[in-house]
Amino acid sequence: MQHAQGEARFAAALADPELPLPEGLTSARGEADRLRFAVYRNNVHVSLVEALVRAFPVVHRIVGDAFFRAMARAYVAEHKPESAVLIRYGSSFADFVAGFPPAHALAYLADVARLEYAWSEAYHAADADPISLQDLATVAADLLPDVRLIAHPATRLLSSGHAIGSIWSAHQQEQVARVQTSQPETVLVTRPQAEVKASVLPEDDAPFIAALLAGDTIGEAAGKAGTGGHGFDPGAALAGLISLGAVSGLQINTQETFR
Amino acid sequence: MPPCNNLPSRAGLGLKPEHYGEILSDRPDIGFFEVHAENYMGEGGPPHRYLSAIAERYPLSLHGVGLSIGGSRDLDQAHLARLKRLIERYRPVSFSEHLAWSTHDSGYLNDLLPLPYTDETLNRVCAHVGEVQETLGTRMLLENPSTYLLFEESTIDEIDFLQAISERTGCGLLLDVNNVMVSAINHRLDAYDYIRRFPVERVGEIHLAGYDETADEAGERLAIDAHASTVHDDVFALYEFTLGRTGPIPTLVEWDNDVPDFPTLQAEAERVDDALARLPAAGRRVA
Repeated sequence: MQHAQGEARFAAALADPELPLPEGLTSARGEADRLRFAVYRNNVHVSLVEALVRAFPVVHRIVGDAFFRAMARAYVAEHKPESAVLIRYGSSFADFVAGFPPAHALAYLADVARLEYAWSEAYHAADADPISLQDLATVAADLLPDVRLIAHPATRLLSSGHAIGSIWSAHQQEQVARVQTSQPETVLVTRPQAEVKASVLPEDDAPFIAALLAGDTIGEAAGKAGTGGHGFDPGAALAGLISLGAVSGLQINTQETFR
Repeated sequence: MPPCNNLPSRAGLGLKPEHYGEILSDRPDIGFFEVHAENYMGEGGPPHRYLSAIAERYPLSLHGVGLSIGGSRDLDQAHLARLKRLIERYRPVSFSEHLAWSTHDSGYLNDLLPLPYTDETLNRVCAHVGEVQETLGTRMLLENPSTYLLFEESTIDEIDFLQAISERTGCGLLLDVNNVMVSAINHRLDAYDYIRRFPVERVGEIHLAGYDETADEAGERLAIDAHASTVHDDVFALYEFTLGRTGPIPTLVEWDNDVPDFPTLQAEAERVDDALARLPAAGRRVA
């Protein structure tokens, strides 16, 4: 019992620098020492801030190191990782950014963070072979409306009122080009092989692809997208999606076929 | 239970993503590679591709940092299951973890936090080590910590604590010589005396690393286990003294922060291999 109580005091003092040092700590000279305890507090906070710097490099680049670290410290104070698997840390960082008043001038920032977390999920997602256009061609034309797609485990779709895909791409370059940030964009993230790809979809295709990835049949999805813009061609949109490597299987009625 | 350790008695290096490509193309002569288990707990993707390729060519040591074996609460079964999957997938020749805790109500604290050494904590840690070995189907190595503070309630000496765990559970010990130096500086102990008293026959692996240094409120030396530089000369001298007691032991150089280029790491490994090669054959421990 003493052990659990001691841990609870230690953990509380790690979280709150204003608290007195936990009882029962000492040193070789016979007294507790704030600077010694601060090593532990610093290790916890700095290592978690570093984990966020690594996971959100574009947000970091946009706001600069000092701003990012201040924002990350505020996040770390409220949100500790749910497990020791730090590659999943930061799942709620985008929501935090959206509610972080000093970042409000950058309306797109939270959605860029969402895109970066999706990139990280895609990077670590399960491996699967994507299907090709040839695989699709083996399906009889009259069956196509009843086909459902099995999304690749790495596939993520993000829609934003801001040009998050263009912003993200611009920040992969050494020189950041000007971006018209107010343009809405839908970005498809996936990882057909070793490399994560983020692609801006034609806006007219977005509702159709969103419906397909949510599990609709091709026929159902085309129906929902029917009112889309005049540039919309379901065949071309489907071919584009498969060419990106975002699909790892097809389901016809209840039968699944994978490559 | 299979033995906890089949690493070669050579220098090993921590595997860093920055060096994946170079290691696979140049095939440097390194005794083994060690990875932090938690970095490979995603489902797939490049980390697993590279680790698979490297594990085909080098002996692999799996080193956990997040199991919280020294914690008061029950072990996280989901985390244990993830470790089990990794061990089944990669069949590492060694698995090790820390005498420390890291998990509390607020979540995972991402540091190796210290525990008092009492009968209560000894029983708890022994139960945890036993559960880990039972679940993973392998003996493990438990690493001595580096610490910055002491607990008034501690009634058991650290070496006696580690030895008791090893005797009761059958686990081996991972002797981190840098941690010994850090704790010795921080608690006014004699690092050489620590090594003299350590149960070397239970040591399956040695760790080396660089430490940082600052001062506490009273202006006394405060060493910090930083893993961000070369192994300091005082630690290397202590390592050579340790080898005199242990004979050749697999030895990892840890460099986890401000990771340098691979040739810099390789030079650290060569220094360790040279020290191992200097050991007189007669003094080598029979395994």
